[in-house]
Amino acid sequence: MSGRVHSYETMGALDGPGLRLVVFLQGCPLRCRYCHNPDTWATAVGQETRVDEIMRRIQRLRPYFGRRGGLTLSGGEPLQQPEFCREILHECRRLGIHSALDTSGGVWDETCREIVDLADLIILDIKATDPTAWQALTGRDAFAALADLLAHLRSTSHPVWVRQVVAEGLNDQPEDMLKLLDTVSGLRLERLELLPYHDLGRSKWERLGLQYAAHDLKPPRPEVLAALRKIIAVNWPTATDPKTAG
Amino acid sequence: MIMPAFIPGAWQTAVDVRDFIQKNYTPYEGDASFLVGPTKRTKTLNAKYERLKQLEHELGGVVDIDTTTVSSLLNYPPGYLDKDKEIIVGLQTNRPLKRGVNPFGGIRMAEQACQGYGYELSPQVLQHFQYRTTHNDGVFRVYSPEMRAARRCGIITGLPDSYGRGRIVGDYRRVALYGVDTLIQQKEADKLALSRMNMDDENIRLSEEVYRHIDFLGKLKQMAATYGMDISGPANNGREAAQWVYFAYLAAIKEQNGAAMSLGRVSTFLDIYFERDLATGRLDEEGVQEIIDDFVLKLRMARQLRTPEYNELFAGDPMWITEAIGGMGQDGRTLVTRTSYRFLNTLRTLGPAPEPNLTVLWSTAMPENFKNFCAELSIETDSLQYENDDLMRVRYGDDYAIACCVSAAAVGKQMQFFGARCNLAKILLLALNGGRDEISGEQVGPIEEPVGDGVLDYDDVRARYRRCLEWLANLYVNTMNVIHYMHDKYAYEKIQMALHDTWVKRFMSFGAAGLSVTADSFSAIKHARVTPIRDERGLVTDFSVEGDYPAYGNDDDRVDSIATALCDELIAELRKTPTYRQAEHTLSILTITSNVVYGKKTGSTPCGRKLGEPFAPGANPMHRRDSSGALASLNSVAKLNYDSCRDGISNTFSLVPESLGHSQPEQHDNLVSLLDGYFSQPAHHLNVNVLNREKLIDAMMHPEKYPNLTIRVSGYAVNFNSLSRKQQEEVLSRTYHDRL
Repeated sequence: MSGRVHSYETMGALDGPGLRLVVFLQGCPLRCRYCHNPDTWATAVGQETRVDEIMRRIQRLRPYFGRRGGLTLSGGEPLQQPEFCREILHECRRLGIHSALDTSGGVWDETCREIVDLADLIILDIKATDPTAWQALTGRDAFAALADLLAHLRSTSHPVWVRQVVAEGLNDQPEDMLKLLDTVSGLRLERLELLPYHDLGRSKWERLGLQYAAHDLKPPRPEVLAALRKIIAVNWPTATDPKTAG
Repeated sequence: MIMPAFIPGAWQTAVDVRDFIQKNYTPYEGDASFLVGPTKRTKTLNAKYERLKQLEHELGGVVDIDTTTVSSLLNYPPGYLDKDKEIIVGLQTNRPLKRGVNPFGGIRMAEQACQGYGYELSPQVLQHFQYRTTHNDGVFRVYSPEMRAARRCGIITGLPDSYGRGRIVGDYRRVALYGVDTLIQQKEADKLALSRMNMDDENIRLSEEVYRHIDFLGKLKQMAATYGMDISGPANNGREAAQWVYFAYLAAIKEQNGAAMSLGRVSTFLDIYFERDLATGRLDEEGVQEIIDDFVLKLRMARQLRTPEYNELFAGDPMWITEAIGGMGQDGRTLVTRTSYRFLNTLRTLGPAPEPNLTVLWSTAMPENFKNFCAELSIETDSLQYENDDLMRVRYGDDYAIACCVSAAAVGKQMQFFGARCNLAKILLLALNGGRDEISGEQVGPIEEPVGDGVLDYDDVRARYRRCLEWLANLYVNTMNVIHYMHDKYAYEKIQMALHDTWVKRFMSFGAAGLSVTADSFSAIKHARVTPIRDERGLVTDFSVEGDYPAYGNDDDRVDSIATALCDELIAELRKTPTYRQAEHTLSILTITSNVVYGKKTGSTPCGRKLGEPFAPGANPMHRRDSSGALASLNSVAKLNYDSCRDGISNTFSLVPESLGHSQPEQHDNLVSLLDGYFSQPAHHLNVNVLNREKLIDAMMHPEKYPNLTIRVSGYAVNFNSLSRKQQEEVLSRTYHDRL
């Protein structure tokens, strides 16, 4: 069983708990305006890789995992290669390796249920909190898929981390935070991260011959971001973004 | 106040500091909450030192030089930073930061060093040395044309033939534990024992050395007396113990100007005295910390006078006053004590500094509290390096220290003959050019038919390399033999060796530079198509490389196995030539900052590196060739065989704290996991280089100085190290400004 991989990050300390091998899978159906990995969109490129190669790489990093680390499947959109993910996550289960799946939820359907259940942690990137805004940002009419995934995660009380990219000119107002909190209510939420927008991926767009689509966006001002984090902390204390904790 | 007696043991009937420690120390598994901040006195004194340091900087690197005195134990009147406030006394010269002249290594060097800063060495000193042979004189009397050619072309570089060899760690604790008189008695007994043996070369030489040990122990006592202290007997309390230890170290740096003058492993030893002081109420925690602060401040004030050439090789005025902290005992108890914490705490009480070179002996079995404290301090101060205690303890016991950066030796029982390093990449290039230097064209190595014009064949090049290696290894050992014979003869380390057992184990510490360049070059030849390009002289001076090859630093066995084999081969070849005084051959993969100098002297290499470009430091993968992230890089280095490289395997790891986690507790936790994981492989050493704002700006200008620099953003898939320099600068500037 094999799949297409874009790249690896062996010192992943920002994509799940502890130190992790982050496998960036190739292929994504979304076309987010602010994407910093547009080189992950295409499905036919990347490296054809067998499951056992992924497992071999995980084992090579196991000494660093400690109590909390493990594997994170990211990308791109890992659920666009469901069989590949299933095999890998199944192997992790078998070997006692903590696994995390980083998804936008825009590809989710019932066939993915088992895959999501196999991952110890779901890292859910909530692009926007209503269908119109979601489509405007991602270029796809798939908010319903995200809603279904949220329902499933609620019903199974699956551990979840939520992330949202925050940009000035997009979603940096207090009411955006209240909408986000509303969207995640009922989830077994262990962390909620607000990631400031950056344009480090801009040069990647240029190299692909694409017109960068987020000219109107800016990173949130530090004091604005701090205020948003405070709103999250106050309203959902157990899911505090660690930057505002203590 | 009557101090409780120490717990008796073998240490009372023979010089055995380890036994004293094992019987008397108190392991500490608690956290850092007992630590206190600096007193007003400490802050005042430190501020005075900082002002002097600033002045030193403004004056071009040196405050003052005493150009009329030859540095030794008794040649300067006592000096003070602040006589009323100091707790630990003693300066190298009569004024703080004033540098002394030490011509025993070489008189010309002493002259050049003075001139480098705009001073003139006095005619009296020059006159005096007209009739004295220095170490440098001795070496060059004997150096063969072949040795001189090898030095010239840079296939062996940085040799201690014109500067003090250093790398000898006296057991300075002995002075505190026993007092000088007992140590003299022990040496006199040794001398008597020697006199009853057959007078062969070694015994005659050793007997004279012991005479000099006794002589200088006497001078050490006199030196302390000029500061109003009688160190003939043992120290009675913590302050005396710290002072006696410091006097011994001070004597060493007055007598010698070796490159690395390391301190040893004193913190756990001193803790024994401090525990008694605390128990009897003689001192409180503030009082103990104050003594440590003053002790460490003195170490930070140490200075040696260096030539501009030396400064190029070892940039930044380093002294390598390495203190080994922590580790485990052979009986399973940790050797971490409260004073281990107090020493590390000086990074806060006095602020971060590169000296003393605080080195944590890391064992996975160490208390979690201590591990967390180290991680926290690392990220806060960027001033710690880590070495694998589990790996070294099995080989050296539980009372070893580190000389310089990575070189272990049992304190007072083992010494090293420092040998800088040979240039593996140059061996390869010489091998391709039939023994001719690719830059000068000079015939340096054995004459051979140079390689042909077609695509390089791996097996052929490997065989050529081995033949050249055989020649170079033999030359390297013989060169070292000359150096150390002469150093013993003309610049012998009297006080440091007085603080070793008379019958001491000797290591001859060879080194290798350019490991990653050479491994990658062989990988390129094996997996890609490498064709030599010749210049008008017919020399191979460049290469064309078609296709990809696996590079060292990606946890890929195909090339990592080559790197490992290069080390194994080198030590095997070195061992074939007998050493001076039957010293045991050891090898380090360590370059300090001289990777830049070696790069300048080396032509383009098959891996794609161009003429003059720096090597990666130590055992680090080459800049921009690791594409899978930092831990894959650590894994490659971890494969090198420590038993081939017993003198140490140096690995530098640069990071921005935010890449280790979003919050400080996470960053600490992840750094501990990283160290545990790395050392469990087993790996030997990690210099954790944590970038703050100023360093980030420097990294923008000189990314090659910050190996493995990891800039990470959540979910961002980019191999920072494979970006172009311009792109990296761009990323760095954004990272800083946007505070991800």
